[in-house]
Amino acid sequence: MTMVQAIGAALHDAMEADDRVVVFGEDVGRQGGVFRVTDGLRSTFGKQRCFDTPLAESAIVGAAVGMAIRGFRPVPEIQFDGFTYPAFDQIVTHLAKYRSRTRGLVNMPVTLRVPSFGGIGSPEHHSESTETYWAHTAGLKVVVPSTPSDAYSLLRDSIELDDPVVFLEPKRRYWAREDVERGKRTEPIGKAAVRRAGDTVTVVTYGGLVVTALEAAAVAHDEHGWDLEIIDLRSLVPLDFDTVAASVVKTGRCVVLHEGPRTLGMGAELAARVQEELFWNLEAPVLRATGFDTPYPPARLESIWLPGVDRLLDTVERSLTYDHA
Amino acid sequence: MADLLIQGINLEPRQLLAPDGTTTPTAGLDLTALHDRLPAMYETMVATRELDEEFVNLQRQGQLALFPSCRGQEAAQVGCASALRDTDWLFPQYRELGAFLVRGIDPGGIGLAWRGTWHGGVGFIERCVGPISIAIGTHALHAVGAAMASTWLADGGVTVAFIGDGATSEGDVHEALNLAAVNQAPCIFYVQNNGWAISTPLTDQYRAPSLAHKAIGYGMPGVRVDGNDVAACYLVVAEAAERARRGAGPTLIEAVTYRLGPHTTSDDPTRYRSDEEVDAWEALDPIDRCRAYLLGSGLWDDSLEERARATAAALRTSLRDAVFDAPDGSVAELFDHVFVEPTPVLVAQRAELLAELGREV
Repeated sequence: MTMVQAIGAALHDAMEADDRVVVFGEDVGRQGGVFRVTDGLRSTFGKQRCFDTPLAESAIVGAAVGMAIRGFRPVPEIQFDGFTYPAFDQIVTHLAKYRSRTRGLVNMPVTLRVPSFGGIGSPEHHSESTETYWAHTAGLKVVVPSTPSDAYSLLRDSIELDDPVVFLEPKRRYWAREDVERGKRTEPIGKAAVRRAGDTVTVVTYGGLVVTALEAAAVAHDEHGWDLEIIDLRSLVPLDFDTVAASVVKTGRCVVLHEGPRTLGMGAELAARVQEELFWNLEAPVLRATGFDTPYPPARLESIWLPGVDRLLDTVERSLTYDHA
Repeated sequence: MADLLIQGINLEPRQLLAPDGTTTPTAGLDLTALHDRLPAMYETMVATRELDEEFVNLQRQGQLALFPSCRGQEAAQVGCASALRDTDWLFPQYRELGAFLVRGIDPGGIGLAWRGTWHGGVGFIERCVGPISIAIGTHALHAVGAAMASTWLADGGVTVAFIGDGATSEGDVHEALNLAAVNQAPCIFYVQNNGWAISTPLTDQYRAPSLAHKAIGYGMPGVRVDGNDVAACYLVVAEAAERARRGAGPTLIEAVTYRLGPHTTSDDPTRYRSDEEVDAWEALDPIDRCRAYLLGSGLWDDSLEERARATAAALRTSLRDAVFDAPDGSVAELFDHVFVEPTPVLVAQRAELLAELGREV
């Protein structure tokens, strides 16, 4: 099934397993979501458990907080990444902090699904990388699946978790296909996956760029004889640094690949952690292949702007040719 | 009192008790039904006023970092909260001391918020009250979500969002009113219009005929009530709660009152308002009004005042005992509540900070 279908299946199965799970957002009910992720949930579970909200993102998250206080497990959708900004206050000020503010008495088992990132030629505000905002906010878990089976499993895990999760779905992989065994869980949240083993350079990435990294690894192997190790983080909070560290100890070289602007992105955090903890294992500085510190470009420029196979391989080459002198 | 109907909402606040404690005949509300409740409400208003003074004293003594006095708003808060069940959820802003006392929240738990010991205070959730919320109006959405949950649980609960005149300008309050109306959520938006949002007067806050009139645009009833009349506040909220419980949806109530004190202990209101204005509202004191009615209606006996003062004294002592030179919280606890299970990063940072403290000690 596609990633869209896998996410829909996870929502269906979670709602079936626990009647406290409610799904809501803009156009998720009658329409089944603009990407059809929630297709059929309203007819199956009724309009009390899958419903359309007014066009008001702060209300979607704020109401979810109130429902969680009363014992429900809300799974709201924000229709597109750029529309999380109107809900920013509710996410940062309340969703993330309610457990702390109540000294651990009130959990926030809210999974905020957000179709995210670029690569599908969308209009403005529909291609944003928001992960850094959430990863920088104490109290939020941040999950980014890269495959249909992982999307199914990670979403089921997120909904069952008693902490708030921002679940960023890479739109450009929505139509990727994979055999997904319903009910089967892959690795839990907080465990990274080594998608390709190698010993030349460690490439750390997540979400939609995992496939890009694997494509680059094939080219690197065929054309240069390099064996890239590709790590899919799967969750940014918690961060599985142990898996990254084990790889960097082996390769001595690390490149971080992400779509969002370079400054203070996940690449910055990973570079800091790697040099703090693995300085003497490094043969070269940790490098970053990323988007740029500009607004996300209009559709006709996005293929140039986004980090792809070429930018990643150029960065890998810079790592391999780093001159110690 | 003459009606001033605009779009079906009376600009003249509903009133049962005139400022001199006599009854207002045109009110259309039955006051005698309230006679068994009024003495207890009087007692809680007195306790609120006195405890409020104790909070201010403790701030002056350096025991609290800050305190927002509710002086003058006791009737608006006690009347509203008294009209509800203990299982109805309340989502306060931060100035709702009267409502907190109706719910029996421990003054010390409130004091720990203002001492700077724990954000949000302690002991609220256990009483179906949201923690103290500093971010203006944002909790109105939590109230709507909780009210929608009440419908799904079919628990007959009503949820109240306490907001102020300033909060009505916030986007979240607009979204909350609309969401509640669309879902016919059993929710009451209780606006204490106390005249001032820190230094900003009502004229710079809205152009609607009144804050209650904003209800028209959302498709819900709007009511203006004299916020210094505890009986009227009680009955207006009781009516709205009854509507909500039978599935007839939310209500927007504007309780017209006045913040007699500064915004907080850090504020100097002489910079923006006149003594004459404050004096005029002092003459409309809600506690004096209730006492005058109790005296005039034969509900008074001296033991009521004694009981009220004794209750207040006990609360003051309880607050002082809880916050005076109270030990700081544990920094380790900061890390413990971020998630149900701490992440590896939090475990490491917690150990780092504790080690740092170990070196310093």
